[in-house]
Amino acid sequence: MNMPLSLSAFIPVLPEIFLVCMAIILVVVDFSYPRNREMLGQFTLYSGLGVILFLFCQKPGIAFGSMFIVDSYSVFFKMICLFGMIMTILLSVQYLKVEQIRQGEYFSLMAFSVVGMMIMASAADLIVVYLGLELMALSIYCLVGLLKDDARANEASIKYFLMGGFSSAVLLFGITLLYGMTGTTDMAGIASYCSQNAILSNPALMVGAILVLCGFFFKIGAAPFHFWSPDIYQGSPTSITAFMSVAPKAAGFAVIGRFLLMAFPESHGQWGSLLVVIALLSMAVGNILAISQTNVKRMLAYSSIAHAGYALLGILSGTSEGYSSTMNYLLIYGFMNMGAFGVVILLCSKESRRESLEDYKGLAKTNPMAAFLMLIFMFSLTGIPPTAGFIGKFYLLKAALVAGYTLPVIIAVIFSAISAYFYLRLVRYMYMDDPREDFVAHYSPGLTTALVISAAGVIGIGIIPGSLLDWAARSLVGF
Amino acid sequence: MIPLSWYMALAAILFSIGTYGFLVRRNIIIMFLCMELMLNAVNINLVAMSHYLDSLAGHNFVFFIITVAAAEAAIGLGLVIVLFRNKKTIYVDHINELKG
Amino acid sequence: MSGLYLPKEYLAILLFIVLGVGFGVVTLWIGQFFRMKRPYFEKLVAYESGNPPTDEPRMRFSVKFYLIAILFIVFDVEAIYLYSWALVYDKLGMFALVEMFIFIALLLVGYFYGWKKGALQWEK
Repeated sequence: MNMPLSLSAFIPVLPEIFLVCMAIILVVVDFSYPRNREMLGQFTLYSGLGVILFLFCQKPGIAFGSMFIVDSYSVFFKMICLFGMIMTILLSVQYLKVEQIRQGEYFSLMAFSVVGMMIMASAADLIVVYLGLELMALSIYCLVGLLKDDARANEASIKYFLMGGFSSAVLLFGITLLYGMTGTTDMAGIASYCSQNAILSNPALMVGAILVLCGFFFKIGAAPFHFWSPDIYQGSPTSITAFMSVAPKAAGFAVIGRFLLMAFPESHGQWGSLLVVIALLSMAVGNILAISQTNVKRMLAYSSIAHAGYALLGILSGTSEGYSSTMNYLLIYGFMNMGAFGVVILLCSKESRRESLEDYKGLAKTNPMAAFLMLIFMFSLTGIPPTAGFIGKFYLLKAALVAGYTLPVIIAVIFSAISAYFYLRLVRYMYMDDPREDFVAHYSPGLTTALVISAAGVIGIGIIPGSLLDWAARSLVGF
Repeated sequence: MIPLSWYMALAAILFSIGTYGFLVRRNIIIMFLCMELMLNAVNINLVAMSHYLDSLAGHNFVFFIITVAAAEAAIGLGLVIVLFRNKKTIYVDHINELKG
Repeated sequence: MSGLYLPKEYLAILLFIVLGVGFGVVTLWIGQFFRMKRPYFEKLVAYESGNPPTDEPRMRFSVKFYLIAILFIVFDVEAIYLYSWALVYDKLGMFALVEMFIFIALLLVGYFYGWKKGALQWEK
């Protein structure tokens, strides 16, 4: 174990190191130059863009003795996480003023959690997966609880912390079982053990793998591990809710995909049927419970559970088309969900948070632009052409159909039709009802940029999906 | 030498006690303690396995788990203090504003 | 391995436990026959020659102790890495030294952060 350590060994990890340094600088600037706090958001934004550029031209590589893999698969997911961070920062500038959140910690915690996600996306060893996951989760617990005087945010952070800690303990127990049975925490090592021994005759190994998967399902908020998400989505600051619904979910899917594909490539029959159950249950729970919600954030939380179910369809098909359709879908989901939360933040003001569905009544008359944008995002979340949501869902269903999962696809389509009810109800409120109050939304530059990017993404991918699909498919070459 | 299965049984029992406590108790501090118990069950498992498999990965992992658990405990205590300042309670039954 | 496993190496520990418990029980039991029994209030106080307790034993601690405890936990446990580092320091050389200084510098940033935010002040 006497590896020569040199600086070149760190090249694959440079984006993460850069982001960590940036997060620390943010903290230092925050406590030493409190007057320049306004700059911190911009600083984080540009660093995020810089890391994205760096990722584009980064060469595939391996660091720390194959514990950390940089390939195009991980780069794609890192892009989604960074995209989530950048959009959240754009959304935050106005929101932070409304809620009066202290700025330095906010941005640095967000950067730290993105580093955690990037580590998760690249991890090829269960130890690294755990470390990345905890870095992500611990930062998000703090972000959720950042509004110290708000009892709801407190409650959300405590609940998230308790549930998250419990799930990571379960995950760890699963990892120990895998380690004890196979003698390694390396995913490739587990795969080579499984190819030589029959895993079906080894119950401890199966239990370990299932416990690990349970921990991951918790992170992506798939049913039956979804109980935390509506409460936490509702209680956290809205910008953080937007962040949580996109970035950690993408990182969770990255880990699930790599774990199943690298560690258990040969037992697709077993985990495929497990994933079918989880996916269908998520769609059912998400879409049916969303109908009875009266709070927009809570409705979007249930919708995100349902979307986790859709996205699992791609992974369970086990083919490269399936994987690339999941990757696509997560990016598309990032666009449409960021947009929807952007409108929620747009309506929020110091006097009232306007999170109830009733507040959207007659929005088309008072704020036609906001209502039109929300219309686009709701159409996309439902999956109505020509929006991106349709394209994403179409490829997911196609991949699952090709892999032979006919019945789950039919059920998914039915649930998708059910979901139209609550998404379009919001549209009906906005366009058919009379306004309750005269309210003029204030468009700040950051928020406008975020909304424009989301709307352009949703429409653009919906009309010309070719380039994105190509990119996702190319990302899988060599994985 | 004591067989590995004894250690694994011990770890499984501790883990189950932790899980039971976490699900049954309503005091947040006690729930933390149960979580720590679960993590320490995991540590026992890892150290025992690492000894029997003659591989160091398990030992390394234990180091990381101990430090992450400390960070987790710090954040958890911080959150509880904030909660206590706001609502004067540390019982999960009393925090029920968010539901639907 | 056949049948029931008996950990013979640990027999001595079992012996110690039995002897330790046995010594205590037997001496108390024998003492009963010789000592006088005249209990009165001062005799029944927990510490016969100490201070009387001023408060309930289950009193609540100020939340300030928790803050200090949090800081202590974090910095105390991070020292665990120093032990493993010290063990292999000879083999790794200069590189490890620099790395450990980076690690300590990161901890220091956290320390200063807590300091500046007033986490170390007792009265606020």
